[in-house]
This record gives sequence, structure tokens and C-alpha cells, in this order.
Amino acid sequence: MSNRFTPRVAVPLTVVSALIGGAVLSGCGQQRDPDVYTVLNSSTDESYHRWDAQTLARCGKRLGVTIEQQSVPAAQVMTKALRMASSKSLPDVLQLDASEMPTFAEAGGLIPLKDLGLTTKDIPEGIVDFGSYEGTYYGAARTVNTLALFYNKDTLDKAGLKVPTTWAEMRAAAKKLTHGRQYGLALSAGGAEDGVFQFTPFMWSNGGDETKLDSPEVAGALDYWKSLLKDGSLSKSTVNWTQADVNDQFMAGNAAMMINGPWQVETLNSKKGLDWGIAEIPVPEPGDDSVGPLGGGVLTVPNTGDEEREKMSAKIIGCMSGEQEQITYALNSWMVPANEKAAAEWRTKVPELDALADQVATARSRTAKLGARWSSVSLALQSAFQSALTGESSEAALTRAQKRATSGN
Amino acid sequence: MSTTTAAAAPLTKKTAKPPNPARVRRRRRLAQWGFIAPAVVFMALFFGYPLVRNIVMSFQDYSPSTFFTGESPFNGTDNWSKVFNDELFGKALWHTILFTIGSLIGQFCIGLGLAVFFTRRFPLNGVLRSLILLPWLVPMVVSGVVWRRILDQDTGVLNSFLGTLGLGGDTPWLTSTNMALISVILVNVWIGIPFNMVILYGGLQEVPKELYEAASLDGASAWRSFRSITLPMLRPVITVVLVLGFMSTVKILDLILALTDGGPADSTQTLGTLTYQNSFVQLDFGAGAVVGNILILISAVFAVFYLRANRNEGK
Repeated sequence: MSNRFTPRVAVPLTVVSALIGGAVLSGCGQQRDPDVYTVLNSSTDESYHRWDAQTLARCGKRLGVTIEQQSVPAAQVMTKALRMASSKSLPDVLQLDASEMPTFAEAGGLIPLKDLGLTTKDIPEGIVDFGSYEGTYYGAARTVNTLALFYNKDTLDKAGLKVPTTWAEMRAAAKKLTHGRQYGLALSAGGAEDGVFQFTPFMWSNGGDETKLDSPEVAGALDYWKSLLKDGSLSKSTVNWTQADVNDQFMAGNAAMMINGPWQVETLNSKKGLDWGIAEIPVPEPGDDSVGPLGGGVLTVPNTGDEEREKMSAKIIGCMSGEQEQITYALNSWMVPANEKAAAEWRTKVPELDALADQVATARSRTAKLGARWSSVSLALQSAFQSALTGESSEAALTRAQKRATSGN
Repeated sequence: MSTTTAAAAPLTKKTAKPPNPARVRRRRRLAQWGFIAPAVVFMALFFGYPLVRNIVMSFQDYSPSTFFTGESPFNGTDNWSKVFNDELFGKALWHTILFTIGSLIGQFCIGLGLAVFFTRRFPLNGVLRSLILLPWLVPMVVSGVVWRRILDQDTGVLNSFLGTLGLGGDTPWLTSTNMALISVILVNVWIGIPFNMVILYGGLQEVPKELYEAASLDGASAWRSFRSITLPMLRPVITVVLVLGFMSTVKILDLILALTDGGPADSTQTLGTLTYQNSFVQLDFGAGAVVGNILILISAVFAVFYLRANRNEGK
């Protein structure tokens, strides 16, 4: 019986399996629609997605093209874009977190914006650096953010305290404000980029540097964090908190002050009766500069190999980061416009965020010195401050971190 | 097979041409391969290819620029020495061992206890049994996020509960380097209990009631009949539960990312989180592949032990 069926059965089966295999193996080349451009960003949050959609609709109308928005969670933008690169389906405009941009640029994935006709006129030097890798300007920022000290006005008034400006003042104030369920200060020392972002203003204001983690200045900053924890002014959960957790604690009244960024303002304002203020992050000694980290996304043109489209992509970026669009976006998202003129106009509209604008003016980019090596240093630093906050000495933890950071690459 | 050859003989006799046994055999072989082919192609595509690719990748310099240029030069054992020289690797391996053993023991013992408990008849048995399945139905990331809140040192429900009972209530569940791994294991035990219970409960239903009746006639105690009847009869089911449990536990990633992100101070880094960190945070896919290969190797060694144990049982 079987030999009668043999050819009839065997052949179709083999053909079917070959077909399935072939279909899986052959990648599908993507045909681009000439009038439709895509932007990949991390605006998964409903309001951010809507604001961006409005901006893109206005820019699309002005440039006579359709612009589609695709949003993935911030942590996945990089890996998603890399996958798109290998399947030759990169978006026309890619919004990257500024700390990730150097990695993408180093890989040869970005087109210099000046080659495509975008200028850096009216953009402060610090923000041009923020969007540059090895001296080449790849990313245009619409707005930037940084960290600042948020405080509960009522709580501070009740305790008769002024807003602290130095480390000593902050330590004393935090100690005085700690009672019952309330901690004096909340910050994030979590084991991810959040914690490192929060550590940088302390490290930099103290004269420390990410290129030399085992310097006494970095250890001094870490010792300061340790002293806050030892006083009981910081919750022991600090090592497990993200910046969003810190904001929750502040809103729930579990912390009188917090270190956080302006992207939390939208949520902060949703709680009625919470009267908060904002100030620059305190410095080690009176008169020191408060140096915060610059954060935020930059708009880049990925290397798709299609020059005509790339030119149009640059025009889209030019429109998105135009003065008026910057102000609109900044007012929506509570961040600071990148452009000098736009920032000046923005200041008159939201005087309560003056401290933030000052902090941005002196802020530094995390990757300016290390470029693509930042991620290794960041990982080593996370592990170091977490070890130190859970018992080890700052010097020992940071010495190990420096060794790990330099051996990593 | 023997039936087909028997059927083949009379058929070929009827035809005018003389029978050609070589041709018949070839045709039969072709048919056999035809049936096997889809499975082989499937396995090769979806298991073989990624596996081989991963091994090759661990000897390559596979960085973000590879995605653009398509070039990933071989760099010998650079990735391997990088991973083995990283002190984090030893730590992560040790944590993985502790995590796997701790989780399996906890899940299995509690799961077996509950399974035995539910074989008795009592009101609401069915309702309770389905309620216990809940942790299994919740996505692991959701459990992780919820447990992170529950275990918070200051504002967590667990600590306030312990506090009202007068049992302290300031346990640093996730914030102490000594405690975090234990907490992560406890949460994973909670997640794994339903799976163990369901499979073991199913196994218990298969044990013939007569055996217990005979044992009770012989005057065996409850413990004795559990040890001499339940456990031996359950053995095949127990092996399956443990093997499946091992496979899903050793590669744990999402739960730890949601609970502690590997912290504090790398005290909950496992091989799973390490390969994630290498590949998707540092974008060093070569090093990530090395850790991935080690995970596969561990699973493979375990699978061999499992197959040998099974073969011995068959004899």
C-alpha cells in the first residue's frame, strides 16, 4: 500500500515544507510611499502622543506630506531602531534619548544634520553639544530637561525653613523635616539610568567626573548621599525607587522635598491642594555652580541611503524644532525650549519654572566626554552607589567601579 | 513496517514487470523522509538555526554597527574572556543556582501539600482550587510590579501587616543586599505553586484508591502510605514537574526586572538578567550570546540527566 502512495505523498510534503521554509527565509523588502514619512519616538504616553500628533499634522501640512507617528516604550527605541536598520526599514525621523544617540551615531546610523541644511543658530552651545557626537551635530533637541529640587511649600513654611541652597542646609532641613511617616527628602538611587541621572548633579557640583569614578570628589558626593541615608532623611527604599516612585512618594506626602524633573509636573498638578515649589539643586559650598544633567530626546535622521527622503526628513525636523513648535511643546510638557529665543519667551509665560531654566543653562550632557562608552560607566556607577548605600565604603565601591568601567570596553 | 512489506509483495506480483526490491525500498525510504521532512525543517528553522547562530555570535564582535554594515568579524574568545573576567558573572551564576534550587523546593513542597489536601472531599473544594490558580493567570510582570509595592519597606502592605501583628514591620525586603534574593525567591514560589499543584493534583487522581484501602487494612499510618504509595506512584509526574519547573526558573528574567532590576548592588543579578544587560543595555550582543549559551548548556546538562533517569525507569 505504502509504495503506491509514495510519490504522491512524499512529493507534496517535501514541496510544502520547502515552501514554508522559503517563505520564512525570504525577507520582505519594504516599499516606501513617496508622500508618507514616518517618525519613531517614545511618546507612548497618551498626552505626549497627542501633542506630537498635533505637531506632525501642522508640519505635514506645511511641507505637503503625510507624517505618521510610531511610538514604542523609551527603553525599546534603540533596539527597535537597530532591528529596523538590519531589515532596511528605518523610519525617516528617529527620536532618540540623547544618551543613546552616540551609540547610534558611532555605528554609522545617523546623517549629520548640517549636511542636510539644518543650522545651529540660536542654540546654546551646551545644547548643541548635547545633540553632537565627536563634534558632529546629529540630533536637534526641541526641548531639554534637567533635575531640580522640588519642595512642599506648606511643609517647609510650617517648619519655618528656607529653601536649602547648600548641601549642609539641605541635610539639616531634611533631618528636621523627617518625622512620622514623612521623610525629609526623596530621590532615586535605583539600579538603572534613573539612579545615575540623579547622582550626576551631586557628582558634578562637587567637581567629580565620570571619567574618573575613583576620585575623592565622586566619593564625596556618594558620602553625602550616605549621610542623608544615615540621618534617616532618605528612605531605605531609595535604592529600589525609580524617579516615578519618588514622585509618588512626594505626592503622597511621604517626602517633604524631592529631586526630580519637570516631566513630573503634569502628574504633580493633578493633585489638588499640593503647593509645590522648585529650586536649583543645592551645592556643596555657597557660591558653587549647580551642575545638573541635561536630559531629553533629540530628533535625528537615520541613514536610510535615500538622499531625497533624508532632505525632507531634515525639513520635518526643522519644522518640529522651530521656535513656535518648541514653545508649544515646552508649555505642554513642562520642559525648557532648546532655542535661546524660544526659551526667553517661554520664561515670561511660566515664571514659576525660572529655577529650572537656570539649571538648564549650566547643565551638562552625560555623553559629552564618554560618547558611546557612557553605558558601561553608567552600569558600573549604578552598582557602586547601590553597594555604598547598602553598607560598603564609598571609596571601595567606586574603585571597583572605575576598574569595571575601564575593563568593560 | 512489517505490514507494509507484506502488502507490497502481492501487489508487485500482479504487475507484468519483475519486482525490483531496490526500487521498492527506495520509494519507501522516500515516503518516510517525506513524513519526517516537515518536522525536520521546522526544528532546523526555529530551533537549530537560532541555536547555531547564537553559538557563532558568541565568537563575533557583534555591535550596533553590525546592524548597518552587516559585518561581524570573528574575535576568537574575546567575548568569552570578557564574560568570565567580569566578577558579575560568578555572582550571577551563584544567584541563579540559589534562585533555582530555592524556588523549586518551595514551589514543589507547597504545591504537593496543597495537591494532597485537595484530594479530600470538602465543601468549596472546587472553588478554592480554582482560586489558587490565580497567581498563574496574572502576567509575570504584573505580579512583579504588584509585589514590589507590597514589599516596599516603608509603605508596603506586608510590613504594615507585620507591624500591626507586632512582628517588627521594618524588614528591608527588597532594599537589603542580603534580603533581596530571598524575597525574589519567595515571590517566584508564590507564582509557581499553582502550576505544581495542578499537575501533582492530576497525578494524584491517577493513583488507584485500592492501594490506599489495602494499606489501611495492613494498618499503615497516613505518613507511611504517603511515603510508600503516593510518592512512588507520583514519580513520573514529579519528574515532569521538576524538569519543567527547572527550565522556566533557570532562565528567569521578567520577574527580576520588575521587582529589583537586578539590584540593589547586583544582589539579584542572575544569568538571565546578565544576558539581558549585556545585549540590550550595553548592546554587546556577543557577550550576551556567551551568557545565553551558558544558560543553554546548563539546561542541556539537566535534560541529559532527565533522559537518563527516565531510561533507567523504563528498565
